[in-house]
Amino acid sequence: MSVAAAARTESTALRFSPRWITDRLGGFVLHVAVIGLTVAWVVPTLGLLVTSFRLPADIANSGWWTALAPPYKFTLDNYSQMLQASNLGTGFFNSFMISIPATIIPVTIAAFAAYSFAWMKFPGRDWIFLALVGLLAVPLQLTFIPVTTVFVKLGLTPQHLTSLGLPPFIPLWLAHAGYGLPFSIYLLSNFFRALPSDLFESAEIDGAGTLTVFFRIVLPLSVPALASLVIFQFLWVWNDLLVALIYVGGTASVAPVTVSLVNLVGSYGQNYQLLTAAAFFSMIVPLVVFLSLQRYFVRGILAGSVKG
Amino acid sequence: MDFNVLLTDLPTLIGVIIGVPAVLAAYIVGGEYLVRRLPDKARPSVRPWIWVGPALALVTAFLVLPAVGTISTSLQDRKGNFVGLKNFATQLDGFPTGGAWIAIRDNVFWLVFYTLFVLAFGLILAVIFDRVPYEKIVKSLIFMPMAISSVALVVIWKFMYAYQPPGQAQTGTLNFLLNTVFHQDPRTWVQDTTPLLGLIPLNNLALIAAAVWGIVGFSMVILSAALKGIPGDLLEAARVDGAGEITIFRRVIFPLMMPTIVVVGTTLVIFALKAFDVVYAMTNGNYETDVLANRMYKLLYNSNDFPGASAVAVILLLTVIPVLIFNLRQFRAVEARR
Repeated sequence: MSVAAAARTESTALRFSPRWITDRLGGFVLHVAVIGLTVAWVVPTLGLLVTSFRLPADIANSGWWTALAPPYKFTLDNYSQMLQASNLGTGFFNSFMISIPATIIPVTIAAFAAYSFAWMKFPGRDWIFLALVGLLAVPLQLTFIPVTTVFVKLGLTPQHLTSLGLPPFIPLWLAHAGYGLPFSIYLLSNFFRALPSDLFESAEIDGAGTLTVFFRIVLPLSVPALASLVIFQFLWVWNDLLVALIYVGGTASVAPVTVSLVNLVGSYGQNYQLLTAAAFFSMIVPLVVFLSLQRYFVRGILAGSVKG
Repeated sequence: MDFNVLLTDLPTLIGVIIGVPAVLAAYIVGGEYLVRRLPDKARPSVRPWIWVGPALALVTAFLVLPAVGTISTSLQDRKGNFVGLKNFATQLDGFPTGGAWIAIRDNVFWLVFYTLFVLAFGLILAVIFDRVPYEKIVKSLIFMPMAISSVALVVIWKFMYAYQPPGQAQTGTLNFLLNTVFHQDPRTWVQDTTPLLGLIPLNNLALIAAAVWGIVGFSMVILSAALKGIPGDLLEAARVDGAGEITIFRRVIFPLMMPTIVVVGTTLVIFALKAFDVVYAMTNGNYETDVLANRMYKLLYNSNDFPGASAVAVILLLTVIPVLIFNLRQFRAVEARR
């Protein structure tokens, strides 16, 4: 046995290594299984991508896989038509208007609260925290009716806010903040609590105040958790359909891209060519956000879930 | 595309991006300034409330009070008179197909199949991906659907399930495979209520499969991380003691991954109970695919039936209570170990 082979055996032995599987299937079969499953998982998205570049007549008459063989007849028409025919451009912008504040507000407020839950003592702290964990499981549907009623009474409707010259998205920002908080606080306080307590003691000895500890020690050390939370909340708000439908409705001027997409499905019915382009269009931002922050995402999740 | 919107709203967006954190930072700095004015003894009892205050206010406004309000609405008629459990009686009338029963049945399908499939796929993918060098790439590809909105997801799966009558060229991927590889007649996936193996109607399974496809990346990533967190010397020790690989998986790996599996499973159960988007956009609850969340939405916005919708929402909450108790127990167990 060569030195390299010996080293390899040892390194795989350190991990979980059901050698009998490897022996029976062999490396080749394993690779086939991995690649096969991945390809199967990608096929639906790939089909949509290919379809979005095809002519309407072709889409109606043949499957997307036929386009992969010559003669190639790809086109960008669907994308340009989609942008003109629908309100997706506006929806896209509205989604930014909704998602960015609806991410900043809950993450910041949750960071304050989580710090308090993790490192301050106050009466009822554990009970309030337990109640917050319980609220994770409350179905949002339960809250729509009363909140809508209160919003209408307070004049927090898109029409009224616009007439006052305020952003029509305020109800959505507040709602997403409220709904996102239990999870945000849960994740962050688990992370904050895991920070070594020596850190706080030595900071106190050096005369650092609560604010200094929070802004100079806790926040910088929690970048992975904060980043993963930002992605979670951003993806969730960006992809949200239900909350947007309830609080701002389907009006094109205030609807986010998910609502415009649903309206497109409704009004164009079988016009697949526009649908495909629109669907891909709405994915771009979440994919960019996810791919660029992916590593933080995975590490941050662990802080909240695997601990304990 | 209306570019005027961009011009009028862009300053607002920038203002909010700068303004919101500024206001929140000013709040906490100002609060701390006020706390320092207080006598030494009072500080520790006032400070925490300043830090948790905004969060508690928002959560109370959006989750606690509305939940209480919905429960009281569910006990009233449309005019606001107390009618006891009458709305629940209406919703639970006509078992097994009347009222909300189809929705309840389908929610049970979601609860069982969605949770099991996502956990099983996640575990299998995590274990086999662990043994290939290009793990990162395949994991990213499996995770990709997580970044896709459920609406776009439904568009994707409408293509997978597209149906043409037998004899015509199939445009749906699944019917094409069924036709050319398995030589069977195409099926109307989202309308076909034929039970599969006498268990679950095909169309319900089709909706669940679409949702599973979207979420497996989530469970795979977390379970894979837990798998990598298991210390190698533990497995080594078990091997030295002569344990077979299956035994190691069952007695060492599985128990060590259990807390993570429970966390992922609990989250998935909550997702399954709250299932809405895929059903709403794919069938809108037709062909006996309704779920509670979608039924509530229809009662509220199509029939303007506030009390009925509230009753359905409360039924949904009641189904969540076991999960809630379980969550609280888990939390306390973790707290006790600290």
